[in-house]
Amino acid sequence: MITKRIIPCLDVRDGRVVKGVNFQGLRDVSSPVELAGYYSDAGADELVFYDITASAEGRRLFTDILTQTASRVFIPLTVGGGINTLEDFDRVLKCGADKVSVNSGAIRDPGLIGRAARRYGDQCVVISADVKRVNGVFTVFARGGRDNTGLEAVEWIRRCVGEGAGEVVLNSMDTDGVRGGFDLEMLKAVSESVSVPVIASGGAGKILDFVTLFKTLPRVDAGLAASILHFGEVTVTDIKKALRDEGINVRLSGKP
Amino acid sequence: MVGIIDYGVGNLFSLRSSFACVGEACVVSGDPAVIRRADRLILPGVGAFEDAAKKLRDTGLFEVVREEALAGKPLMGICLGMQLLFERSFEYGEHLGLGLIPGEVVPMAGRIEPGLKIPHIGWNALAFQNPSGIYDGIPEGAHVYFVHSYFADGCAEHTTAVTEYGGTLTASVQRGNVVGCQFHPEKSGGVGLRILKNFAKL
Repeated sequence: MITKRIIPCLDVRDGRVVKGVNFQGLRDVSSPVELAGYYSDAGADELVFYDITASAEGRRLFTDILTQTASRVFIPLTVGGGINTLEDFDRVLKCGADKVSVNSGAIRDPGLIGRAARRYGDQCVVISADVKRVNGVFTVFARGGRDNTGLEAVEWIRRCVGEGAGEVVLNSMDTDGVRGGFDLEMLKAVSESVSVPVIASGGAGKILDFVTLFKTLPRVDAGLAASILHFGEVTVTDIKKALRDEGINVRLSGKP
Repeated sequence: MVGIIDYGVGNLFSLRSSFACVGEACVVSGDPAVIRRADRLILPGVGAFEDAAKKLRDTGLFEVVREEALAGKPLMGICLGMQLLFERSFEYGEHLGLGLIPGEVVPMAGRIEPGLKIPHIGWNALAFQNPSGIYDGIPEGAHVYFVHSYFADGCAEHTTAVTEYGGTLTASVQRGNVVGCQFHPEKSGGVGLRILKNFAKL
């Protein structure tokens, strides 16, 4: 049976990883290429790179970094951030990305997902949504959580999947950064309403949070993790061993 | 020299990097002359069967691949490239493949346990069937990365590994010099690199 996936997420600005990282044994902890290699060897099932660059120069650096990473890391690589057009899809896919995650770009241009899915296949298109409760309603935010779009999240995500998004990353702004566990209520609502894989994001603070996630919500396929891993407190393998001990199917053999 | 067949389908970046990583020279080309000169061939592919088969025919590579494989050159089809090795596919209609391995490609929908998500996407375990040199040094139960909605059926005689996903799915096949992997060895970490290395030694 298919395994639950643990996916480290790296925010990259001007060619560097921006969130605090603290690893022993890494020469350059803010090099995305080094970190990606480290995570891949440590048993990560997939990697997500978010390009949070604003400048053209930063974007050029990002594609350089992506190419270097993709030449050295042989697990699936998802890229998000600044994806607004088919040309953006093309640019990152040519650098070795396997999947492309769209967020604000799909809100600005609702036809983008459909066009990308027809050209590259559903498996290549990931809808990433930043969602927050507004008066009790799950509401989609754009531009890195700055703009309230007024869109109801479950309906919006269902629509994106209908257009051809092959995977969903659900980032709860209510639990993001709090490190008090994933947003189980929000994840339940979304994972029960779509038939494609759902990746939980926002709130992982300890190993037990992943156990709770997959035990409570068997329809959630993967957990995204940033600070919990970057701070070096726990490793991907620590999380997976805890999951395995709870009877949850994971991939533990990183190397033959 | 490994020839990676470029017929305008899919992303060949990772395959090229993978062979570089395991120290095998490779060339990516859509030129029939280059493909005929290579010692062994990789047939990649993502997307829809009909479109891929058409592109393979339009580029003149369909007959080249068939002839080279029938002449004994090692050939590995990956993902949709593996499905193209079979006689036919029932993806949106009925379409003919290369016919190098007996069997057909059928949708998972209606054939696996209801309620499971399609495509089958993620890491799943290999259960070995008929022996294959591509699995040298790889333990039973090793995980590899899958992304697909259709699978090869009616090919038990040539199946070298299966995987479980609400039913038993063909993970890989081999008939003499012709090998097919439904999963992506170039995305399957160290296990996948070992499989590519093994293929380069077949």
